[in-house]
Amino acid sequence: MHEFINYLLFGWYPYLAITVLIVGSILRFDKGQYTWRSQSSQFLRRRQMILGSNLFHLGVLILFVGHFMGLLVPEAIYAFAGIGHSFKQMMALIVGGIAGIAAFIGCSLLLHRRLFDPRVRRSSSIGDILVLILLWLQIALGLATAFWTIRALDGHEMVLFMNWASGLTRLDPGASALIIDTALVYRVHIVLGLTLFLITPFTRLVHIWSAPIWYLFRPGYQIVRSRAKTGATTTPTMGPAGAAPSFGGDAIPRAHSESSQ
Amino acid sequence: MKVRAQIAMVLNLDKCIGCHTCSITCKNVWTNREGVEYVWFNNVESKPGVGYPKDWENQNRWKGGWVRRKNGKIEPRQGSKWRILSKIFANPDLPEIDDFYEPYTFEYEWLQKAPELEAQPSAKPRSLVTGEVLTKIEWSGNWEDDLGGEFAKRSRDYNFDGVEKEIYGQFEQTFLMYLPRLCEHCLNPSCLASCPSGAIYKREEDGIVLIDQEKCRGWRMCVSGCPYKKVYYNWSTGKSEKCIFCYPRIETGQPTVCSETCVGRIRYLGVVLYDADRIQEAASVEDPQNLYPAQLGVFLDPYDVAVQDQARRDGVPDTWIEAAARSPVYKMAMEWKVAFPLHPEYRTLPMVWYVPPLSPIQSAAEAGKMSVNNGMPDVRSLRIPVRYLANLLTAGAEEPIVMALERMLAMRGYMRAKSIEGRINESIAERVGLTGPVIEEMYRYMALAAYEDRYVIPTTRREIHEDAYHLRGSTGFGFKEPTDGSSKLNLFGGSKRTPRKPYMDIPT
Repeated sequence: MHEFINYLLFGWYPYLAITVLIVGSILRFDKGQYTWRSQSSQFLRRRQMILGSNLFHLGVLILFVGHFMGLLVPEAIYAFAGIGHSFKQMMALIVGGIAGIAAFIGCSLLLHRRLFDPRVRRSSSIGDILVLILLWLQIALGLATAFWTIRALDGHEMVLFMNWASGLTRLDPGASALIIDTALVYRVHIVLGLTLFLITPFTRLVHIWSAPIWYLFRPGYQIVRSRAKTGATTTPTMGPAGAAPSFGGDAIPRAHSESSQ
Repeated sequence: MKVRAQIAMVLNLDKCIGCHTCSITCKNVWTNREGVEYVWFNNVESKPGVGYPKDWENQNRWKGGWVRRKNGKIEPRQGSKWRILSKIFANPDLPEIDDFYEPYTFEYEWLQKAPELEAQPSAKPRSLVTGEVLTKIEWSGNWEDDLGGEFAKRSRDYNFDGVEKEIYGQFEQTFLMYLPRLCEHCLNPSCLASCPSGAIYKREEDGIVLIDQEKCRGWRMCVSGCPYKKVYYNWSTGKSEKCIFCYPRIETGQPTVCSETCVGRIRYLGVVLYDADRIQEAASVEDPQNLYPAQLGVFLDPYDVAVQDQARRDGVPDTWIEAAARSPVYKMAMEWKVAFPLHPEYRTLPMVWYVPPLSPIQSAAEAGKMSVNNGMPDVRSLRIPVRYLANLLTAGAEEPIVMALERMLAMRGYMRAKSIEGRINESIAERVGLTGPVIEEMYRYMALAAYEDRYVIPTTRREIHEDAYHLRGSTGFGFKEPTDGSSKLNLFGGSKRTPRKPYMDIPT
């Protein structure tokens, strides 16, 4: 039974979560971009936001990159770069610890504000509150793992998780068995993290996909939108003369009609 | 030369009576929804005053508009693109809803449903954000109406720069003017430039600046980026909204709602042709006082055959070129030079212009005679200080304002001589650099202001320009419904459950 649940949670659930994350996000983007936004509440209450949001977001971004590098970058690359497991574990502990504490303080401020400021509370959906509570728990669990990590500074447990993650990417059905004996706190942390992936398409978390780095590459500052047809010359509703209109097709061909000033 | 056309507006402040009809009709049409109760796409401010939102003209505080760097290039006052992105998690320059006001309604229902009581039942105010009872209403739309509030507070008005404002706090010396404000639909919009998502855009065919509600992600940089504070954050939908210049009406040749309903007939709408290649250069001139003449230099003469030819080549329809030649906006801004941009120093090249107001002449009230210069009242002795108007409209340059006011006074003098004394006095016209026929035309447009003279709006040539397939959902306005509008249930972040109680459902 224990093996079976372990297989479900670490051999099967990751695929479900990632699939829902990607497919759900695409569907939502296609169906209703009007609901696709960060839903900032700064305008209603500035207090605790400037410090809380900056600490939280910066901390989480560092943690995200850290987890990605730690789990998904192949072992061979670390070996090639001459980075040993023990050193890597130490770095993860220090960088992750600092970022984690920052994110935890930030998230606590944001959660406090969301729950106890009447303006923010009343304008929050259940999803907004749930997301923040789950994130707070996730960061707290992540910080708690430090206790076990310090007891295994040689990094052997970290290597197990690395192999598990790379096993998943290779569709290895045996991957989940690798981490069956690791400390419980790590495994709860993983399950909760995958759950956050799972709920992303249904919450405000979708704004992660829209991090507007493209802004940096916009030529100049201005955008003028012309209704004259440039780029795509025919669309399903306006084809060449004599052709019957058809419906369906690209969701956002309007990008074709934008030009810089 | 790249010719583009824009529908621009002029407001003749000399005739504004501060009735707020424009604001009310606009609100009833566009912003009577949850999340935008506090929003007035059009509002009328009493000047002097701090305005709406409070202190909006203080760009050291809000970082709106553009600044010119040492190398002669301009960038948003909020900072370059990197700087703007670095503020994305929490925008330090963003106003809070209290800088506008916390929207509220009253418990009207209680007045009807209250049981027999010892005391008269009263309708308590309730916040439209939290639903809680407000013990004291601290601020509201139009709080400073008709010089409401102490002068000490009103005098924080930014346009008092360089004016001995203490004098104007005295009862006999005080002055009042109205300033109706809406989105300026700038040629060089800084809200657009600050939008990291690229959701804000300027329409090529009529210059209207819109926010694509589907593309907006709620990063809220536009709210701080607009120096006029005319982009508003809808706290319910998480998207920004702004004045859409009533484009569905404009496209069909009708004036905007605020213009249509203006009882003082102060608003004018017309086409202005401009050279899109000169925008950057005009917005980057060094001396802020040169921004007004620089913007005039961007406008093109619609009677010039070369301009008309180029306009045709650039896809401006003939009806628009013809409308540009009859444009009341062009006449007031370019031919008579009586209209000015609001705060040109923001370098956004705004396209809603203002005719400065005349005001009672102080010395006449004191001594029973006027201060007269060559037979004409001295505009510098008008009750509203010229410097104040200059700070508002020309970045402090007084000469253009003086000239405009003198021309308006000359128009009055000329027409008075004509209709009362029955004589044509060309010398009045000559003194302000005009001729009799021009003054009579000014009189026709500015005093009589017939409907067809005020609004010269060509319809959009949809059959040429538009492919509706591209434009689905990209309007500057929308409701929080699934895009197909047919199902109530929305799997992806459905409607918020705000604490609506029956008394809150009264239309605001």
